[in-house]
Amino acid sequence: MRRDADRYTLFTRRALILGGVKVGLLGALGARLYWLQTVESEKYKVLADDNRINTRPLTPSRGLIFDRTGEPLAANRNNYRLLITADKGRISEALKQAETVLERLERVIDIGERERQRILEQMRRNRSFVPVTVRENLEWEQVAQIEFNAPDLPGVSIDLGQTRDYLHPELTSHVVGYVGRVSPEDLRDSDDPVLELPGMRIGKKGVEKGADELLRGKPGGIQVEVNAVGRVVRELDRTEGEPGANLLLTIDLELQRYVTERLKDQSASAVVMDVVTGDILAMASVPAFDNNTFARGVTQAEWQELLNDPGKPLLNKAAQGQYPPGSTYKMVTALAALESKAISLWDRLPCVGFIELPGDQKKYCWIHPAGHGWPNVIEALQMSCDCFFYEAGRRAGVDRIAEVAAKLGFGTATGSGLPEEADGLQPTRAWKQERHSRPWGVGDTYNLAIGQGDMLATPLQLAVMAARIGNGGYDVKPRLIAATAGAREPLQPPPVQLRPDAPSLKFNAHFMKAVQQGMDMVVNSQGGTAFGSRIKEKGMAMAGKTGTSQVKRITESERGRRMSQEELPWHLRHHALFCGYAPVDNPRYACAVVVEHGMGGSRTAAPITRDILVEVQKIDPSRRRDRFKTAALGGGRTVAEAAPAGETTDPKRGGP
Amino acid sequence: MSLAAARSELTLAEKLRRLDWRLVLVLIGVAGVGTAALYSAGGMKPDPWAAKHATRFAIGLGLMLLVALVDLRVWMRLAYPAYVISVLLLVAVDVIGKGAMGAQRWLDLGPIQIQPSELMKVAAILALARYFHGLSREQVGRIAYVIPAVAAIIVPVGLVMIQPDLGTAMVLLSTGAALMFVAGVRLWKFLVAGTLGAASLPIGWQLMHEYQRNRVRIFLDPDLDPLGAGYHILQSKIAIGSGGMLGKGFGMGTQSALNFLPEKQTDFIFTMWTEETGLRGALILLALYAAIILYAHVVALRARSHFGRLLAMGIGITIFLYVFINTAMVMGLLPVVGVPLPLVSYGGTAMLTVMFACGLLLGINVHRDLVIPRP
Repeated sequence: MRRDADRYTLFTRRALILGGVKVGLLGALGARLYWLQTVESEKYKVLADDNRINTRPLTPSRGLIFDRTGEPLAANRNNYRLLITADKGRISEALKQAETVLERLERVIDIGERERQRILEQMRRNRSFVPVTVRENLEWEQVAQIEFNAPDLPGVSIDLGQTRDYLHPELTSHVVGYVGRVSPEDLRDSDDPVLELPGMRIGKKGVEKGADELLRGKPGGIQVEVNAVGRVVRELDRTEGEPGANLLLTIDLELQRYVTERLKDQSASAVVMDVVTGDILAMASVPAFDNNTFARGVTQAEWQELLNDPGKPLLNKAAQGQYPPGSTYKMVTALAALESKAISLWDRLPCVGFIELPGDQKKYCWIHPAGHGWPNVIEALQMSCDCFFYEAGRRAGVDRIAEVAAKLGFGTATGSGLPEEADGLQPTRAWKQERHSRPWGVGDTYNLAIGQGDMLATPLQLAVMAARIGNGGYDVKPRLIAATAGAREPLQPPPVQLRPDAPSLKFNAHFMKAVQQGMDMVVNSQGGTAFGSRIKEKGMAMAGKTGTSQVKRITESERGRRMSQEELPWHLRHHALFCGYAPVDNPRYACAVVVEHGMGGSRTAAPITRDILVEVQKIDPSRRRDRFKTAALGGGRTVAEAAPAGETTDPKRGGP
Repeated sequence: MSLAAARSELTLAEKLRRLDWRLVLVLIGVAGVGTAALYSAGGMKPDPWAAKHATRFAIGLGLMLLVALVDLRVWMRLAYPAYVISVLLLVAVDVIGKGAMGAQRWLDLGPIQIQPSELMKVAAILALARYFHGLSREQVGRIAYVIPAVAAIIVPVGLVMIQPDLGTAMVLLSTGAALMFVAGVRLWKFLVAGTLGAASLPIGWQLMHEYQRNRVRIFLDPDLDPLGAGYHILQSKIAIGSGGMLGKGFGMGTQSALNFLPEKQTDFIFTMWTEETGLRGALILLALYAAIILYAHVVALRARSHFGRLLAMGIGITIFLYVFINTAMVMGLLPVVGVPLPLVSYGGTAMLTVMFACGLLLGINVHRDLVIPRP
């Protein structure tokens, strides 16, 4: 018994120790519970709500784009999308079900084997409950049929989104641009949550890109309760978004159509500007493309075809095409020489058809070997005498030329509102040193003086120069957007403006007059390089300047043979340029035309400019407000407002 | 001796009178919590879990009372055979067992499926209690007498590890160690065993399944895999923490209703209960368990047979370990090992095992004055 008592004592002692350990451990549990449920409770409540509540932005309706008369250029169209969702726990079961469903759908819409594979593959890859798009842009009849058969089509739903619709694709594709899917780079560059929406489209080119923030609008949102696999259990809250602002462009569709027609069958571009306001009334680049292709999603084949076209239809040549301005640049040289007192208005310089360079080299005038005699600056512009400008340029120096060029808009993008606009290239001493590690030479000045060498300009920059000369030296800025208005406010046509409100560029009025007179005589005097393209309609006469820029250096042998441009293959022919304004006595409209490989400015570009300037004066878009169609606003805005892309109508519960 | 032996022959009426209804009440309380929690987990419906759970508990109550009335000496006689049969069943399950969750734990016996590892929990306690009952204090102090006991634990632990069922193995090992401790095995032996165990950890790591290693890794650093295996621990902590003092209300737990909680009817039932009833509900449940564990201690200290004392201690330790490991796991204090919460988690075999053990506990109390001589 003693032994058992002994055993019992030991047992009791150890049982008590063990009990103490248990109490300690249970105490630790209690402490942990207390810590989680009181001290850290708020943190976990937030996390639980984060789990449970999912905020989904509602895609705002994109702002519409109109021409200056209220004609819609870009609108939204309802897009019924057919979605299929894997809602079975096991993916193999879900796929089997989806295959049957797709087979049944085949009776209503044509899917095809390749699409079928894509859909099933995407379903396999996606998480459950993330819908896969089967087909976009369903016809209403197809929608109705699918809704009717909904009970036999588990997992199928129809979603109402919007697609962008361009109403004048071939006329305005370059200016309006297009929208496209949000790329990973877009997501990196912006933290706007709306970009993460499935099916969201943002501006990729043209005004659509330049004014994207305005057009995008503010997203609304729905708060939904979701379960662990992301399926929506119920809607908790909804805030409607704000549709994007509507834009009234400065473009006049009627003029745009005329310009595009006039350029047809060439690789050419033209810009028409209001010299008072800076409004870009037309900007055309041909050949063009259909921007609807991009809004819907361009296929690889379509993309390749556009890339392979020698006319480069994707390039907006009016803003992105960069050409040596050639003789159109002589106004810059003239102003620089006059302003710097390098020459006076009465100075005459000799032209024997060439000038001599050190080292027994010659630099020719275009009229070699005849020569222009002894022209003054006005006559030199009229006849486009190279020799005069070689000397005038040499005397003025590159710095003064570049300074005037910058004032007239060369060397930097004009800020018209097109994001893809090119800068052109205005060579300077610093540029030459940096780019070629060589100091600027007098030969460079000779080249620059006649707009050749490294000098590059866009047609838009030429139009800006013509406008700033035409208005007598005011710093008008080109613009594409005339007015914006919130989605529910009416758009107003821009007010008629008679005097430029832009600051003066501070050119000497006499010098400016002389340059204007030279440009007048180019067109309207016998011996002017564009005399054949003068405007005969009363009160509409234009002033301007021809330009021909070399694509390829003219060899001495070709010069000796007096080789004609027609003998060259198309892609080696000179570019033809012209810029000018009208009417000559009270300029209002400026125009620049560049015909790629058009051989000569006076030959191809000047007649086109003439026709365009006549047309724009006939239409007179800047002074006539009566052409504004308020009705078009109402008519064009039939699209559903803020139809949320994220929202899905369940076919089982009835149609949208 | 003869006096005690004579006194030990109780009539049925005496036995019934000696049944301790307080334990029964506490058990009903715990099972009630379990049924309520399962009712909520089933979307406020008795199906698929709550009704079955209550039925099983009712059957378990009957079994428990029957077990309590059986003479303690009968259980002592059955201890070794029960242990041997359990080992054989464990071997069988390793050979032909049916997999659930990637582990072989079930044995299909026609209409019923049994989990031999559950039976082993009681059988091992019975066997150890029987073994130490037969040893004197001096013998317990000798290493030669300790080795068979260690072997009796290591064999089932190894078999359960193979399944693999880390949780049950942990419970078995800890129960065995604690039982040897109260039986009087010298402390330095535990130190040696502990050192050896620590030294063999790398070998154990090698033997573990990849999913088990991941569980340990993720326990040590839950951020390793916030959407994978660490997801469970994180979501469980969110559920518990967001419950706050008073909980989200019965049936209103968002984490569980929206399926953010895994296995909410079994291993994570405590989380669900705590999310819905808050700190208050959780402490009530823990207090009920504490009452059972305390009761086991009281019974052990009152029993006059060494077998009864050790058996009661062993049962108390097992229940404590289940409660502790399960709740510590869902609170992120221990790695996720599949251990059910007694009488609350859904599951038939575990319920019957616990009820059987509680029956033994009641039985020890009924036969507390019985003195069983050392053989």
